[in-house]
Amino acid sequence: MNASVPHIEVMRSQLGRARGLGAGHSGVGHWWAERVSAASLLPLSTWFVVQMFRLGGADHAEVVKWGGKPVNATMLAALIITTFYHAQVGLQVIVDDYVHGKAHLPTRLLIKIGTSLMGLLGVFAVIKLVARSSTGK
Amino acid sequence: MVELRLPRNSTVGKGKTFPAPAGAKNVKTFQVYRWSPDDGKNPVIDSYVLDLDAIGPMVLDAIIHIKNDVDPTLTFRRSCREGICGSCAMNIDGENTLACLKPIKSIQGDVKIYPLPHMPIVKDLVSNLDGAYAQLRSIQPWMQSDSAPPPDGERRQSVEERAKLDGMWECILCFCCTTSCPSYWWNGDKYLGPAVLLAAYRWIADSRDEHTGERLDTLEDTFKLYACRTIMNCTQTCPKGLNPAKAIGRIKELQIERKI
Repeated sequence: MNASVPHIEVMRSQLGRARGLGAGHSGVGHWWAERVSAASLLPLSTWFVVQMFRLGGADHAEVVKWGGKPVNATMLAALIITTFYHAQVGLQVIVDDYVHGKAHLPTRLLIKIGTSLMGLLGVFAVIKLVARSSTGK
Repeated sequence: MVELRLPRNSTVGKGKTFPAPAGAKNVKTFQVYRWSPDDGKNPVIDSYVLDLDAIGPMVLDAIIHIKNDVDPTLTFRRSCREGICGSCAMNIDGENTLACLKPIKSIQGDVKIYPLPHMPIVKDLVSNLDGAYAQLRSIQPWMQSDSAPPPDGERRQSVEERAKLDGMWECILCFCCTTSCPSYWWNGDKYLGPAVLLAAYRWIADSRDEHTGERLDTLEDTFKLYACRTIMNCTQTCPKGLNPAKAIGRIKELQIERKI
């Protein structure tokens, strides 16, 4: 048959379409991760905002000293990791909603790689802060 | 990608106007979506000016009056005219509801009547629900028990067990909720939609059913269940006052309970 002639392309039964490829047996973890990371960001962000107010007007050396303290460095790293993890699972939802067809998989990968790299960058910045304050430079 | 505009063959034009009968005092205009698969034309909105004193109180009364006395070509589904069959589900005044339960008086200005949103149209106000019916079938909405029923009677339920089904057995499958859900508009081929998930939870919650685990298995999917974004249009629009969003929430809770 000539494919350019308008014709019905999908004759599969409605039940076959509805069942599709079957359940992927995933989604619970993702859904839970969205909520847990959102809840964790609440105290972490509050801590960060309070700390920024306390550091208001501080010079570079003071900020480096503040960031080098184990508790502050740990909280900063936790905030950065949770933020970008939450961004990753959240953006995935948006992509699932709005990006269909062949573009879906590459967009999902792009988000995974992008948010992971940005999170890593943030964590290494914290490590650098700790290293600097310990050498006293 | 996401579609921001209607396809060219779906843009709605202006149709015919049917004036009020002579001598009518209490008139109201009904703007009705019209489309026929047979003439190859775009959909249009026809305006019918009706004498409210000559018809019953509900929107369905007006539509039946149009078909009987004004324009017999108007196509729509209806049966029981008392909110129990779910046939006359349509979009009235911007909200999915049953025409037979919607009083004309509750609508300010012109009455705008469209078919259920984002479904293929068969004709005029009749949308094609085959996909949604198949999705309902895919979750096996019937009792599945491996234990034999007592030989001398039915399977018994305590008063408390039976009470858990209230708010679910009342669903008449009009699909007002499913077709009001943006997530279903975006991914209706994969997401089951609120009506089907309410039906799924109705059987999960039934104490006589023994296949809860299998039912949760078939729902455990990024799209089938988790495409629900808790937008809650379903609960807002349900003409029977049910709460599909709550049922979906309960399914998610059970998925967490057995996995985490």
